Amino acid sequence: MLHLILFLAFGAVCVAGAVNLLAQRHPINSALSLVVVMGALAGEYLLLGAEFLGAIQVIVYAGAIMVVFVFVIMLLNAGEEERTKGSRVALLFGVPGMLTGSLLIAWVLMHSGMGSIEVGALPGPPKAIARLLFHDFLLPFEVTSVLVLIAIMGAVVLAARPEAAQPKQEEEN
Amino acid sequence: MNITTFIIASLIKTVVAIGVLLTGVAYSVWLERKVIGHMQNRWGPTRVGPFGLLQPLADGLKFVFKEDLTPPHVYKSLYLAAPIISLVFALTSIALIPVGNNVTIGGLSIPLQITDVNIGLLIVLGITSLGVYGIALSGWSSNNKYSLLGGLRASAQMVSYEIALGLSLVGVLIMAGSLSLREIVDAQSGFFWGFIPRWNIFHGQFFAFFIYLIAAYAETNRVPFDLPEAETELVAGYHTEYSSMKFAMFFMAEYTNMITVACIATLLFLGGWHGPVFGPPILQAILPVFWFLAKVFVFIFVYIWVRGTLPRFRYDQLMRFGWRYLLPLAIANIVVTALVVALQ
Repeated sequence: MLHLILFLAFGAVCVAGAVNLLAQRHPINSALSLVVVMGALAGEYLLLGAEFLGAIQVIVYAGAIMVVFVFVIMLLNAGEEERTKGSRVALLFGVPGMLTGSLLIAWVLMHSGMGSIEVGALPGPPKAIARLLFHDFLLPFEVTSVLVLIAIMGAVVLAARPEAAQPKQEEEN
Repeated sequence: MNITTFIIASLIKTVVAIGVLLTGVAYSVWLERKVIGHMQNRWGPTRVGPFGLLQPLADGLKFVFKEDLTPPHVYKSLYLAAPIISLVFALTSIALIPVGNNVTIGGLSIPLQITDVNIGLLIVLGITSLGVYGIALSGWSSNNKYSLLGGLRASAQMVSYEIALGLSLVGVLIMAGSLSLREIVDAQSGFFWGFIPRWNIFHGQFFAFFIYLIAAYAETNRVPFDLPEAETELVAGYHTEYSSMKFAMFFMAEYTNMITVACIATLLFLGGWHGPVFGPPILQAILPVFWFLAKVFVFIFVYIWVRGTLPRFRYDQLMRFGWRYLLPLAIANIVVTALVVALQ
């Protein structure tokens, strides 16, 4: 019973944060709403018994990735969204469309015949996840690491300043 | 114990912990002013009360009575929320810090920790990483280029050194085999050869302790990494536009972070509350807490000592140090620790 109440509470915060993200006009408010959504999701993970994943969600997603989002919004000095005719039309068609779409998805998911498992059936503690990552699924883990490394190198190359006119003097720095 | 007893005990523990923590914050400011003063061959606060001990009270009253200004050009909602965010996340991590063994009061065994979570260390790291928002948002919402630059610099510095901080703790985790703070301290009980205590700092994590120390100084924006808030740089950085109680909240958040980091270092490297315990049961309950507080005090003293001794890093030196020297050292520590543990 308490489980259901907590699930509904975290779910309500999550949905409210997501709707606020779309409804806010200033991008910084949207980014902070997304942080709230991440926090609520971490709460949901805790309710499912995946405590390690919940902590990692907060540390990585809410604490690092969203910080980078907030940096970018602060540096770009993005202003508030304007209410133009196009955006009003989008609102008029978008909100009912989105509601219909989400009700459709919910209906399909409920009647799809997928089974359910009980809370705590999947690995939760760090030891179990470590065994999965480093023992059973080692190759996909290493390949994903290499993929992330390639992405980092690509970002560094794309963001690098153009070469100076005297490369020798640059070497001495 | 039943749910009512648990709730009442938790409430009492929370009130005591927050009270002790905020008093500790106020008196660590006093300690800093006295110690830095004596290191600089001057007295520090001496007028207000004996040895200036009532100075924090005077400072608190000053902050309350100062004019609370909200400049007209700030982004009001985040300007007001940022010090609250900083302080809330700084104060929350005290919930996971154990200060002693279980005490038995009237038949109930009460752990001296508000919540004992089996991933306690990860939650403390998560709360630390959320504290960056207070600084980033205060810098931006002040609508002032000095604040923005100061806030961005501070946040970038904190995010960079969080990595080295977390990685330096992984060596301890490999040796202890658990993320629960209580179990990590329990793994440090006992002695080597009868008299050297089995604290992690003597048990192989010597370099990790110093990596953690350096990363902690950068994480809490303290000298030698206090560029974001130095008065000679960028006016006052991210808290330029803040006055009275809002500034006091940032101040409190910084010292609370210092104390939290000192508590984590004590638990993970200095053996937590282990120390000579003797005497009647009442003394046996209090002595571990006393040893814990003594070790936290030593760590904070080293913080203040370093502040009085070292000059400040320039920002590019700071970032280079964090990414090119501290991070590889922390990873090397993990590799060596893992090898040693695996080969045993």
